[in-house]
Amino acid sequence: MKLDAKIPAGPVQEKWDARKFELKLVNPANKRKYKVLVVGSGLAGAAAAASLAELGYQVECFCFQDSPRRAHSIAAQGGINAAKNYRNDGDSIWRLFYDTVKGGDFRAREANVYRLAQLSVDIIDQAVAQGVPFAREYGGLLDNRSFGGAQVSRTFYARGQTGQQLLLGAYAALSRQIGLGAVKMFPRTEMLDVVLVDGHAKGIVVRDLVGGEIRSHAGDAVVLATGGYGNVFYLSTNAKGCNVTATWRAYKRGAGFANPCYTQIHPTCIPVSGDHQSKLTLMSESLRNDGRVWVPKQAGDKRRAQDIPEAERDYFLERKYPSFGNLAPRDIASRAAKQVCDEGRGIGETGLGVYLDFRDSIARLGKEAIAARYGNLFHMYAKITAEDPYSQPMRIFPAVHYTMGGLWVDYDLQSTIPGLFVLGEANFSDHGANRLGASALMQGLADGYFVIPYTIGGYLAGQRAGAIKTDHPQFAATAGEVDELTRRLLSIQGKRTVDDFHKALGKIMWQHCGMARNERGLQQALRDIPALREEFWRDVRVPGSGAELNQSLEKAGRVADFLEFGELMCRDALERRESCGGHFREEWQDEGEARRDDENFCHAAVWEYTGPGRAPARHVEPLAFENVHLAVRSYK
Amino acid sequence: MKVVLHVWRQQRRSTKQDFVQDGRMVRYELDHVSPDMSFLEMLDVLNEQLIRKGEDPVAFDHDCREGICGSCGVVIDGVPHGPERGTTACQLHMRSFRDGAEIWVEPWRAAAFPVVRDLVVDRSAFDRVVQAGAFVSVNTGAPQDANAIPVPKAAADRAFDAATCIGCGACVAACKNASAMLFVGAKVSHFLHLPQGRVERERRARNLVAAMDAEGFGNCTNQNECEAVCPKEIPVRVIAELNREFVRARLIEEPVGKKRVGGDG
Repeated sequence: MKLDAKIPAGPVQEKWDARKFELKLVNPANKRKYKVLVVGSGLAGAAAAASLAELGYQVECFCFQDSPRRAHSIAAQGGINAAKNYRNDGDSIWRLFYDTVKGGDFRAREANVYRLAQLSVDIIDQAVAQGVPFAREYGGLLDNRSFGGAQVSRTFYARGQTGQQLLLGAYAALSRQIGLGAVKMFPRTEMLDVVLVDGHAKGIVVRDLVGGEIRSHAGDAVVLATGGYGNVFYLSTNAKGCNVTATWRAYKRGAGFANPCYTQIHPTCIPVSGDHQSKLTLMSESLRNDGRVWVPKQAGDKRRAQDIPEAERDYFLERKYPSFGNLAPRDIASRAAKQVCDEGRGIGETGLGVYLDFRDSIARLGKEAIAARYGNLFHMYAKITAEDPYSQPMRIFPAVHYTMGGLWVDYDLQSTIPGLFVLGEANFSDHGANRLGASALMQGLADGYFVIPYTIGGYLAGQRAGAIKTDHPQFAATAGEVDELTRRLLSIQGKRTVDDFHKALGKIMWQHCGMARNERGLQQALRDIPALREEFWRDVRVPGSGAELNQSLEKAGRVADFLEFGELMCRDALERRESCGGHFREEWQDEGEARRDDENFCHAAVWEYTGPGRAPARHVEPLAFENVHLAVRSYK
Repeated sequence: MKVVLHVWRQQRRSTKQDFVQDGRMVRYELDHVSPDMSFLEMLDVLNEQLIRKGEDPVAFDHDCREGICGSCGVVIDGVPHGPERGTTACQLHMRSFRDGAEIWVEPWRAAAFPVVRDLVVDRSAFDRVVQAGAFVSVNTGAPQDANAIPVPKAAADRAFDAATCIGCGACVAACKNASAMLFVGAKVSHFLHLPQGRVERERRARNLVAAMDAEGFGNCTNQNECEAVCPKEIPVRVIAELNREFVRARLIEEPVGKKRVGGDG
């Protein structure tokens, strides 16, 4: 596998301009002859589909939800970063770049991160022009708030539903193009394989989730914007439908998978209440602007929060990280919470929780001000827990939230398969080993609105438009394989349900490849997962047929892929013998702080599929830090 | 706790000629329901039991399970999204029901939302209404700076109140006319209060109303059931705004194709 990141030469500030000039253009009259298939309709997918159609390309867009507006970007709460420096508080493109590289624990590609910081300002302009109702001040200008890992206020927000508002902006742009006939939309359609012709991605095979039909679509390029793989843990803040299938099947066709072990555990989620739990709910990081995180100083202190006097409370984030306090980055805040729970100081019935307390802010600003900032989050918390966060502190605990790993892409966002581009959370490029809050929306939209419209032209200019049609034998062959997989899943008729297996996998992953990992646990997981997978293929029960709306069958296909993917994730975690960002190897730490090994691991690990039952090959893309110098990441 | 469920089961897709098809209510008893479960988690438990017994699980739409994606939506005891105000079915918890409760669960019912299977309906009519004009016609590019046009906070807040719509369709399901006017009004109101959206206000009002009529949604007769069930508590004032915008658009500019003739006052 050849890994050429195609990073343009020259100073980091000029790389994107240089690349845009180098890229070949497709002349406007020719654009309409090319067809681009966009899989996924979240921020990255919808933005890409709309923008490519505006340029004149024919676009087909696919999503498994019943409407493109429901992609999981919609659930993002807190905000989107942009280096606008509207606060006059010292922000700049360079500072956002610096914060993101440092926040990612020096495991991201500098050139990509710089471009992301540059484009961040355009995103806000674009969103406002679309009518996204961001929060405003009385003077009519845009409001900002702070997020973890930054000492400036650069986060734009729309109450607690920034994701929905930005996605509705992208969805509106996409809808406009659908209405104009420039995009053909295929909702309730799941991509199950990518079709390669002479090594290039020239189509996809999908299943119509309503009628069950397996269909082929041909295009001149394929764009995957299919999100992350957090649901490998079963319990996560991801929507139930989020899955690894599109990226995993692309991996099995030859796309390199980078850093699968980098997963983000978000510190502020509502703790698990019982075995019936189907997903975890995030409480936005923005709450840490005004909430203080604490546990009792004494282990085993079972008094009610309000009965614990001030002197017996440990505001552990403020104590350990005085300069960032409650706004320490996510990986660090999560680990600190785990540590106090491990010490027996966790709160709630299970002891797996810490308090997020608004008492002081309510006293300082009044209940009304807090309600205006976080009303919908407080409402959601009260709904789920039946507790009132205005009168008693929230109970929170870390949960799987985001995955920094994904398909490897070069600077143009092209994977190791020519013609296969990967955007948003589905790729690996910008967040290194830990993503800062309010940066996912930024990346999804930057990739979709402002990167792919340029870089895809560079590829298409070298391709003959419409050269491959679905009558090419490769389509029938790929569809046949997909069909066969579906038949196998339906034919087992064993005893255990798909969810049963998914939960079992989730437990293995959380125990051995969750917030803390070690050699012994990972070795154990690498024995347990194949055993579970074997049992799945022997004993799973998928009711119904393939020729109908069959939600069990949809889940079965996704869980089958997670059962393979989980193994790769553990393997990657085992091979990365260092701690960095969200990847915490217990063997490499300094009293709970991650200890990187820059000498041996200052690289992205890229896995190549080598065939069924064979160990995948590990390749590396070395990372060079020319602008932000490698240093111990400190938030103290 | 224990509950008795009556769930709508329907295998074949509804058509204009036969909306009900083979559909019927089926009774299920469910034990060991935790009050902390969400309503959908309770349905998960039912489905796991059905699969183990060799029966088909109940199909229902759901995704984020935190009340924002708008996928879920079932009529519970006659009320879209169930008994709690301002709450989607995924955020409704079993503690809202008493032990031993009998609960009736049905899909949205509206001619414009054919049932696909069991509790799953086809809401693509909403997407088509949006495609008719619920957007600002601006391409990706380099618009002016985001702070170039100040927007009064009150206006931005009003736009936001409408933009908070999650497109679940409960408003349509609650309305005896199966009207989509709360949904359409929310789109119109969202853009109406922002300077960026005002440019196309006449075109938008006209096109959205035409699209909503073409999809077979009814009209509003001021029962306000939609507001009562809206999980995002979108106020009916957006319907008033829609009506006003529509009338205004008719006065200001005749629909394309119809030439204004003199002397009509």
